[in-house]
Amino acid sequence: MEAQAAARTPIMKPFVTEARSAVVPADSATKLQVRNLNFYYGSFLALKSISLDIPEKRVTAFIGPSGCGKSTLLRTFNRMYSLYPEQRAEGEVIMDGENLLTSKQDVSLIRAKIGMVFQKPTPFPMSIYDNIAFGVRLFERLGKRDMDERVEWALTRAALWNEAKDKLQQSGNSLSGGQQQRLCIARGIAIKPEVLLLDEPCSALDPISTGKVEELIHELKRDYTVVIVTHNMQQAARVSDYTAYMYLGELIEFDVTDTLFIKPSRKETEDYITGRFG
Amino acid sequence: MITTEHLSKQYDADLESLRSRVLEMGGLVETQIRGAIESFTDGNQELAERVIVGDHQVNGYEVSIDDACGQVIVKRQPAARDLRLIMAISKTVTDLERVGDEAEKIARMAKSIHERGRIQNERLPEIRHVSDIAVRMLRQALDAFARLDAAEAAQVVRQDAAIDAEFRAILRQLITYMMEDPRTISTALEVVWIAKAIERIGDHAKNLAEQVIYIVKGTDVRHTSMERVEQEASA
Repeated sequence: MEAQAAARTPIMKPFVTEARSAVVPADSATKLQVRNLNFYYGSFLALKSISLDIPEKRVTAFIGPSGCGKSTLLRTFNRMYSLYPEQRAEGEVIMDGENLLTSKQDVSLIRAKIGMVFQKPTPFPMSIYDNIAFGVRLFERLGKRDMDERVEWALTRAALWNEAKDKLQQSGNSLSGGQQQRLCIARGIAIKPEVLLLDEPCSALDPISTGKVEELIHELKRDYTVVIVTHNMQQAARVSDYTAYMYLGELIEFDVTDTLFIKPSRKETEDYITGRFG
Repeated sequence: MITTEHLSKQYDADLESLRSRVLEMGGLVETQIRGAIESFTDGNQELAERVIVGDHQVNGYEVSIDDACGQVIVKRQPAARDLRLIMAISKTVTDLERVGDEAEKIARMAKSIHERGRIQNERLPEIRHVSDIAVRMLRQALDAFARLDAAEAAQVVRQDAAIDAEFRAILRQLITYMMEDPRTISTALEVVWIAKAIERIGDHAKNLAEQVIYIVKGTDVRHTSMERVEQEASA
């Protein structure tokens, strides 16, 4: 019921601040504030002065052709790039008043707040149970019962409990691809992050598993801010509240998903979503 | 206006074929109306019969174009302007089919009037005049659709008021006539139905024009004021 009520909440058109690309959704608090973000792979400028607001407890989708910078943008949010010395970001990604890019916080604490699920399912080579418990143990000391509860909670939220409850001690790799991806989502939410980043979470999945993950995304936005990168435009149209279209490292258009797919404001967006891009 | 083509040539071909079939259907419907009006004004029974039979062909267009719209949706998942085009076509063929029904209705009335015996003062010049407006509106709406011209579509919407006024004038005249000579009532009523059918054709042409504005501008102008229609069409 609650989910239905949330779905009925009218989504207001974002308004544009001073810069063309700085769009602020009007109906929801901002979770992540991106301002003048530049990103470099060595000397290559992959993101060009990106400014946008990611609304809280909404699903925001990034779409665009390969190489447009959508995954790069997603990866700056939890400092994934800092694993690689030749990559750097300039500008601001502000959460709770702090610029994550220059934060002195331990990067693993940032990633505990901003979880990520990748394109290919990446279960740890351990049991289903431990796949979930592993991350939780890094941040919390839970007794066995509490941990059991947490594992069940995460698997239930990820719509995997019924399929996995009888084989929690089996290897995570014994699951099907779609189940593995839901296990990764369960693992991501088990540590109770505030933001969940999904980098093409369904591109390796069959349509039924994709359907389950999309259903799950719809559920997740009740508690989490979800940002999803997808190649599948119909998926963006189905699951997201807001959509950003990117091209060659620039944010071309950011709008309410329902508007962007029916009446985009910019010709570049129109050409891309109608398949005229080339 | 979008000049770039889809990456898929087949997609372009499918949309183009849909558009041209809508225009073919529009042409057929226009012929039907002209035939129906002529069968009334000239008392041409054979022509009336042809119009009545011809309506099946109009219905066939509606079904097959709607089916083709479904095929495009399921195969291409159209977005933005393409989606608006498909939705508008599906609505447009419904309007065109109803115009076809009005033509058939007029032809049936014409037959019945002729069989019963004509009356004087059937308001033939007025009927001709109002039907000219209706046919012109329909043709202009189809033209706006063919060229995706929102400004021309707005002109069609504007003309609907004129047709409504003409209809009311004909109605007033016929009422007066019926009061003067009650023996003319049954035939005069049928002339009223004919005038009403023509007035409905104007409404359908207006609907068509509104769909053109939706395709081109992405704004739904149905049930809004004339000012709003013109504002959106020129936006």
